[in-house]
Amino acid sequence: MEFFRQLWEVGRYLPMLLRASTVNLELLGALLVIGFLIGTLVALLQVYGGRFLGTVAYIYEWVFRSVPALVLLFLFYFGPSEFGWYISPFLAASLALGLRSSAYQSQIFRGAIQAIPTGQMLAARALGMSRVQALLHVILPQAFRLAIPGWSNEFSSVVKDTTLAYVVTLNEIMRYAKIIMDRRYDLAMATFIMVALIFLFFTYSGNWLLGQMERRFRIPGLQMPGASGTVL
Amino acid sequence: MNALLVVEDVHKRYGKEEVLKGVSFQVEKGETKVIIGPSGTGKSTLLRCINRLTEPDRGRVWLDGVEVTSPKTNINRIRAQIGFVFQDFNLFTHLTALDNVRLGPMRVKGMKKDEATRLAQEELARVGLADKADAYPAELSGGQQQRVSIARALAMNPKLILFDEPTSALDPELIGEVLQVMIKLAQEGMTMVVVTHEMGFARSVADEIIFMEKGVIVEQGPPAQLFSSPKHPRTAEFLRKITELYGGEG
Amino acid sequence: MTTFYFEWWFLPKLAQGLVLTVEITAACIAFGFVLGVLLALGRVYGPKLISIPCSIYIHFFRGTPLLTQLFIVYFGLPNWGIHLSAFTSGILALGLNTAAYQAEYFRGAIQAVKGGQMLAARSLGMSRIQAIRYVILPQAFRIVIPSWSNELILMLKYSSIVFSISLLDLMGMGKRIAARYFNYFEVFIVVALFYLVLVFLLSQSLRWLERRVRVPGLGAPGLR
Repeated sequence: MEFFRQLWEVGRYLPMLLRASTVNLELLGALLVIGFLIGTLVALLQVYGGRFLGTVAYIYEWVFRSVPALVLLFLFYFGPSEFGWYISPFLAASLALGLRSSAYQSQIFRGAIQAIPTGQMLAARALGMSRVQALLHVILPQAFRLAIPGWSNEFSSVVKDTTLAYVVTLNEIMRYAKIIMDRRYDLAMATFIMVALIFLFFTYSGNWLLGQMERRFRIPGLQMPGASGTVL
Repeated sequence: MNALLVVEDVHKRYGKEEVLKGVSFQVEKGETKVIIGPSGTGKSTLLRCINRLTEPDRGRVWLDGVEVTSPKTNINRIRAQIGFVFQDFNLFTHLTALDNVRLGPMRVKGMKKDEATRLAQEELARVGLADKADAYPAELSGGQQQRVSIARALAMNPKLILFDEPTSALDPELIGEVLQVMIKLAQEGMTMVVVTHEMGFARSVADEIIFMEKGVIVEQGPPAQLFSSPKHPRTAEFLRKITELYGGEG
Repeated sequence: MTTFYFEWWFLPKLAQGLVLTVEITAACIAFGFVLGVLLALGRVYGPKLISIPCSIYIHFFRGTPLLTQLFIVYFGLPNWGIHLSAFTSGILALGLNTAAYQAEYFRGAIQAVKGGQMLAARSLGMSRIQAIRYVILPQAFRIVIPSWSNELILMLKYSSIVFSISLLDLMGMGKRIAARYFNYFEVFIVVALFYLVLVFLLSQSLRWLERRVRVPGLGAPGLR
């Protein structure tokens, strides 16, 4: 029961931890936007970009999927400063984690585009649409819907990865947890459990929201072949 | 060049196989032309060469005096004037019946939304599906989907509609409703080129029947003549087989 | 423009770190495999008293950050009188984490084995446990290989997290060198290359393994 008393004591620091967690959420927002925009572009290049650009896009995806997030964080944070450019921890983390996420998102999105039957493009072109129009009005609206379950998974993993920005001195939740621990070593366990609880809330409420979104955008007959609902 | 559609010496080769070995024919305005023949003889390829969904290797196509096959032609402009009805419908999965029908007028012709909506409702009523405007394709039967796809083609106010085996993917009991719509269109004077195995439809509606085999036109003529006294033994053979298979007049 | 600073003697040092990376990855995957299979079996076949705790475990470890889990083990456990070395803590935290993910892959695979298989085994007179042991699991393991391969590669990359408890794995060794000479960019480009090669080799050998154990007609429905 000693532990619950400690957890109660950590409650004093809860406002501070929650305030710090908003930095994680801001980082999450930034990296998802970067990942989404670049991921979409990369997927489009892979599918429609022709030989040269397609290959470049595949190499990009492969590199950013193969290098650990922490290595990317170090490269983006310490790299520029070595050449005399100051880069804020937040920007470095957004870029490192965002580009990494773009590689994963491009794979999700490419799968979605490729799951759309070729007849859809044919029918659009038969109406007299240009390739770009067909993409815009027929292929992309379907692909974005098909990608939602994959994105839910990607969300669950990147929301937790925001804590990795701790290593580039971003003032996010783990950093504050470590500060509390340095002050009160007896509260280490309770502090990190508190952080874990906060993240349980983030992950599962986020997943619930995405599940709602998936239901809202669901269209009969439009789903990935063999798919059955969202998995965390 | 008075004919609405002129197809001249069209060739198409896939790898080693020559699917079309020089096909030529003409379609007058208001005419219904039915193309029949065994599977894999290039009928579908021929239709797709007409609006260049498949690029022909050689030969030329004119629509209303404009050369479709010229590299200078804006092919999207031409396609907007040629309706195309696919064997497997290819309705846009993410759009309701109404949105499927008004997408072309809005995006390709730049029609205003309310005008396109009115038009789409009219075209859906024309194929007997006014009450299904808000249904998604997956919520419709095969026959209903094919009728929506005909409405989608009609909404572009095309000079000509190409039908690529429009009833082949349908259950037998659903074929009738689609054929009825097509018969009505023919009677209203729509120009149509139809690839089909429905001999009853061919006999009663076609102005002329083209029999194709192995990438060439073997014989063509009015249905009465082609069905009762085919000139070519291959035509006679095919007609006998198809009657056995599909049980006669349909 | 600063000059690039990299010396050849960094390479054997980094290789030394790489050995630790491989060791930690292998150990945590093996640990996670055993625990993961148990969790999956508990969740699928166990009575409520077992399946619910298994389920809570899985949700906890999948729903919280790995870094937090690592700090709970390394900094938190001493509060409860459990003192583990950094090396053990690293393997334990990574292992507990991957066990939860592996459990979910196994569960999916077990549930993908057709229902008739269990019936057929039982009709031969096998017990439930025998049926699981000789019929269900051998099929489930083959079905799970693609997702299991992904997990293995993921853990190889995530193992870099142990540098934060001052272990000298590939990442930690890179950090140590870079901190001394302030040549982060050069060192971490090389570290990145090391990981690229490692991931490439691992994924190729897993693909080879996948082909080796393939049984005709047995694959995950709807998975790749």
